[in-house]
Amino acid sequence: MLSKVFVTGIGTVTGIGINVSETFSSLTSQQTGISSAIYLDTIHRDAIPVCEVKASNEKLCELASISTKIRLTRTSLIGIIAAKEALESSGITNISAKKTGLISATTVGGMDKTEKYFGDYNSNKRFNEFICSHDSGSSTEIIADHLGIKEFISTISTACSASANAIIFGTQLIKHGILDRVLVGGTDALTKFTLNGFNALLILTKTECKPFDQNRTGLVLGEGAGYLVLESEKSVQEENKRIICEVKGYGNACDAYHQTATSPNGYGPYLSMQNALEMGGLKPDGIQYINAHGTGTTNNDLSEGKAIEQIFTEKVPYISSTKAYTGHLLGAAGSVEAVYCCLAIRERTIFPNLNFEEPMKELSFTPTDKVVKNINIENVMSNSFGFGGNNSSIIFSRC
Amino acid sequence: MEAFIKGIGIVSPQNTTEGIKFLSEVVEYNSGYMSCVEPVYSNYISPVISRKLSRILKLSIVASKVCLSNSSIETPDAIITGTGLGCIQNTEDVLNSILENNESFIVPTSFIHSTHNTISSQIAIYLKCHGQNLTFSHRTFSFESAVLYGMIYLADKYGENVLVGGVDEMTPTLFDIGSKLIFKSISKSNLNMLNEKNKGAYAGEGMAFFTLSSNYSEGDYAKIKVVETIYNPDSVNSLKLKIEKAINSAGLSIGDIDAVMLGITGNSESNRYYQELINSLLKNKILLYYKHLCGEYFTSSSFALWCCANILKRQFIPSILRLNKNENNSITNILIYNQFNNKNHSIMLLGKC
Repeated sequence: MLSKVFVTGIGTVTGIGINVSETFSSLTSQQTGISSAIYLDTIHRDAIPVCEVKASNEKLCELASISTKIRLTRTSLIGIIAAKEALESSGITNISAKKTGLISATTVGGMDKTEKYFGDYNSNKRFNEFICSHDSGSSTEIIADHLGIKEFISTISTACSASANAIIFGTQLIKHGILDRVLVGGTDALTKFTLNGFNALLILTKTECKPFDQNRTGLVLGEGAGYLVLESEKSVQEENKRIICEVKGYGNACDAYHQTATSPNGYGPYLSMQNALEMGGLKPDGIQYINAHGTGTTNNDLSEGKAIEQIFTEKVPYISSTKAYTGHLLGAAGSVEAVYCCLAIRERTIFPNLNFEEPMKELSFTPTDKVVKNINIENVMSNSFGFGGNNSSIIFSRC
Repeated sequence: MEAFIKGIGIVSPQNTTEGIKFLSEVVEYNSGYMSCVEPVYSNYISPVISRKLSRILKLSIVASKVCLSNSSIETPDAIITGTGLGCIQNTEDVLNSILENNESFIVPTSFIHSTHNTISSQIAIYLKCHGQNLTFSHRTFSFESAVLYGMIYLADKYGENVLVGGVDEMTPTLFDIGSKLIFKSISKSNLNMLNEKNKGAYAGEGMAFFTLSSNYSEGDYAKIKVVETIYNPDSVNSLKLKIEKAINSAGLSIGDIDAVMLGITGNSESNRYYQELINSLLKNKILLYYKHLCGEYFTSSSFALWCCANILKRQFIPSILRLNKNENNSITNILIYNQFNNKNHSIMLLGKC
């Protein structure tokens, strides 16, 4: 019999808060974190809005209780802060007491330093340490070493669905008894690499991120990290732990259509949602809230919306994209939004879709545009779709 | 949990793509690093598609196609790739254009194809495979994580056949930057690797894909019994205990292991762990090595897996792989052990079908 998997801790750092409580207050007071770049050194500062974590690297070191003399990438720093909060909120003090792992996700890893020093590696030895912090595995190891995690570590890089897949992999490791507890999530810093890359694809908005709006003009890039502590049934029972929710089902499917665009009918998204429902033993009407991928691009919101209509044929539940708060967090998006799903269940609250004005002509449903409080949410679906058609959906359920 | 290796496709610095010969002719390198023997792409990919893809993507598609045809399968149920650095050439192109044009012009295709998951997803697009699709990117754990995920996938009965790959490319810039820390140029010959004890490893690259299956069928190469990553062990002793425990988990003991494939690079600093294991846990075993043939890269253990799967199927060890003269009547179980940075240790245990 495979073990059930429970969420017992959450932590997050984004442009709307450096911890869960700040985040919850921004989400419910409808405060976005999107503005002009302050920390990212880019020529696009005044033209393209972004959503930065509101702290310099020095300030982040302070928050992470790390000496500023240790030069870490921004990806690692925000990762450490969020991962630490998740562990603390789960009440874990002795890491080695149980088989505890870390599955982290990232898209650009240490790119924030690479793009700064790439041209200098041949002339200046002083920056050689950042050669080793470029790869995806680096930030995971820095976080693991900081927290003392040794039993199992790995890194997933499937673009914008990466941290959703980290949650899925972690869930499997617990189900199969390979681990008792696992910290899962992702971290990504804003970089010129991604800002210029997405800009070249002409999918960054110059104005507002308006998911599921007829007049949406594109996505806003953000940075941040989100981590969840997953635990086995046995581990939870042994310590009589407070459970936030259960990971009930998940689906991973590939759109296999185009490297960056989603198929018009959203076949990949349809499959990932359908598979998650099947695994969770749920019918569509069992879902009370969908935290959509909802990037605010023409393509994503249409195909995701179409796929949702195909599954939720009778009635589309409450649905919102929280990307107008945080921007698109790339590798960290899935796990940060998973934290919001956990909060929705725990706090009985649905966070609205900001900036919504006009319904999309092609869709029959509209996103939730007001805070909904005191609502009983049994099951929440979180969607994360990435470049390459890497689509993942996860269902979190009240216990 | 175990999985059968049904088929393999591999592009490497050796003549491996056609899959007929098994290291009977060795490609020698006398300088720089070892780069893949490039196949005639048009034999595998239409020129129209080929033109749009970077080298790593073309080589990966070739390797995966060879693997599927070797497995007599058209489309796998899932595609899982491990890559330490992903599409590094495309990444360099984007970085260079940001630097050179001060953020004013980027070629969209370079960016689109720069993410790590491009390999898995391009294969999926090519094969129209809508099944699970995943990319692991964690140094020398990248490929092992992909294998583990594939084995869990099969154990969960999501599908019967999963395509699992290990992919990394080397570029002149990466070699240049990497040489400041971990690589060194080949001075005489790659085959002289063990005599070059100075710091650094010979660099290389490769793309190896395997069809893992939950069911045995005739002609399978081998059975993967264990895959385990061991991070930052406290001591050599603790590493030994973990390796033994992993072997025990397959109902075997160290005595059941006939041969061991080691990831030694020749560099005395990084060979400490190998030496300690050779002198204790692995005493009297047939010892093999492989990095003189493919070089060091984050997913080089996939080349080792190709070697060992062939040894088990053919019951033959090419002399070029041998590190000592020990012999055994038959080869039933082979252990692969690789380590990076004295921190990332990984093993795979393979058994004869």
